[in-house]
Amino acid sequence: MRRVAVVGAGMTQFKEHFDKGIKELIPEAVAEMEASVDKGFERSQIEAAWFGELTTSDGFPSGILADTLGLLDIPVTRVENACATGNDAVRNATFAVASGAYDVVLVVGADKVRESSARSTFWEWGALTRDMAWDFPLGLVAPANFALHAARYLHESPATREHMAKVAVKNHRHALTNPKAQMRFEITVDQVLNAPTVVAPFGLYDCTPQSDGAAALLVVSEDVVDRYTDKPVWVRGVGLGMDRVMHQHKSDLTTFPPTVRAAKAAYSMAGIEASDIDVAEVHDCFTAVELISYEDLGFVERFGAADFVDKDETTFEGSLPVNLSGGLKAKGHPPGATGVSQCVELFEQLRGDAHNQLDDPRYGLAHNIGGPTAVAAVTVLSSIKA
Amino acid sequence: MTTDYVRPERRLTPIPNEQTTAFWTGGKDDQLLIYRCKSCGHFFHPPAPACFRCRSLDVAPEPVSGRGTVATFTVNVQPWLPFMPPPYIVALIDLEEESDVRVLTQIVGVDPQEIAIGDPVEVFFEHWSPEGGAEVWVPLFRPAGGAA
Repeated sequence: MRRVAVVGAGMTQFKEHFDKGIKELIPEAVAEMEASVDKGFERSQIEAAWFGELTTSDGFPSGILADTLGLLDIPVTRVENACATGNDAVRNATFAVASGAYDVVLVVGADKVRESSARSTFWEWGALTRDMAWDFPLGLVAPANFALHAARYLHESPATREHMAKVAVKNHRHALTNPKAQMRFEITVDQVLNAPTVVAPFGLYDCTPQSDGAAALLVVSEDVVDRYTDKPVWVRGVGLGMDRVMHQHKSDLTTFPPTVRAAKAAYSMAGIEASDIDVAEVHDCFTAVELISYEDLGFVERFGAADFVDKDETTFEGSLPVNLSGGLKAKGHPPGATGVSQCVELFEQLRGDAHNQLDDPRYGLAHNIGGPTAVAAVTVLSSIKA
Repeated sequence: MTTDYVRPERRLTPIPNEQTTAFWTGGKDDQLLIYRCKSCGHFFHPPAPACFRCRSLDVAPEPVSGRGTVATFTVNVQPWLPFMPPPYIVALIDLEEESDVRVLTQIVGVDPQEIAIGDPVEVFFEHWSPEGGAEVWVPLFRPAGGAA
């Protein structure tokens, strides 16, 4: 397969965009992506596009992408894979370029969660995230589904609600410098612990907000990369992992096997180990999910997340900063856009342009988990070609 | 500590099908009926036409004790549904017969602050005969030995 690089990246602000629809957000993200291409770029050079969108309020998604961008002469494919949609769109585009079929492709992710009232979203999305027949009538909404895992994780591991709270505090602090973040304010551990309960053990600050937004990447082959930039970011590995849909069929509730499988595939393709990762964007839809994911991604041993957090290893100053963008928690979470926006953050970090710039990171990892914890996607990006 | 359980005014009740009728109506005879695979011997839940482990079609419901332990739980504190007044406990129960066979249910008759992973619980059945719907006996759980 050919080597594949990201040469442009952009995104809208993540927030409640009550004044904009998906048809405004998509062109805004793509325009910022185009402006980021060092040596310039014409939209007519795009040969194919992948569009990650979880739900649509405006109708036929791939048609809307083609229509709003004026890309009527190329194929557009809509990707939907629950909250792993964004990084799965990156994965599909990567393989299309690696195969030799295309040299220049577009990846866009977008969602408008706030088309629905906050109260009704999780019911409307029930069919996307749950097995409707069994869990829905009993009140197992999306946060409750993750809460079952978190409760068991707190029971078996040394982690406590304080460790979960530290994740929220960290991600809010990271978002302070991110102009694209939805929640740019600091919070304290006490605020997190004393916030109203949503579904035990999650309080308000353990949960991602509901967000609108879009993000875009320009993905090209090694054969044409010099045309666009001298500082490409290489897509070194992509992986997707699955698990059984029913909670009743998951024997160990303290780990998410889809993440383990997706990470293994991405590390193997990249030819690296978890210990090579310098910076990561991890799917913190709920604080405990970030803790569990440290273990599933191989950053620490099983049940090692609490100690990792106690040592502040994942803060900006730590050995493996996680969610420098603010994460889903503070940057926001329009699901189709989330994974793509993680790659926007890593693109900037790996090129030395980030709002929260680290000292020369080499390998970045983006991670999504979604559905009833039954699908995960991992992307490994690097400033090093191979 | 157990508390008195008051059944809600309404409940979203299922429309049982060929596979699920046993689970939703076994309570008529005070039985919790769980599918078991005669090929590999394992229980499995929710019911299905084939065993999810070995894919055998030789499956059928069998009565189980209705006793188990709390594998994990969450307390819904927000009013997701108007006729489900919070707080209420949503839980996965490890069945006594086979510990990784789990039933998703609600635990009632206990203060949500008092429930813990590992607590012993037992089934009871709540009869519903909704107008225009199917008559069902919804399996719910309560602390073992408690009186809900």
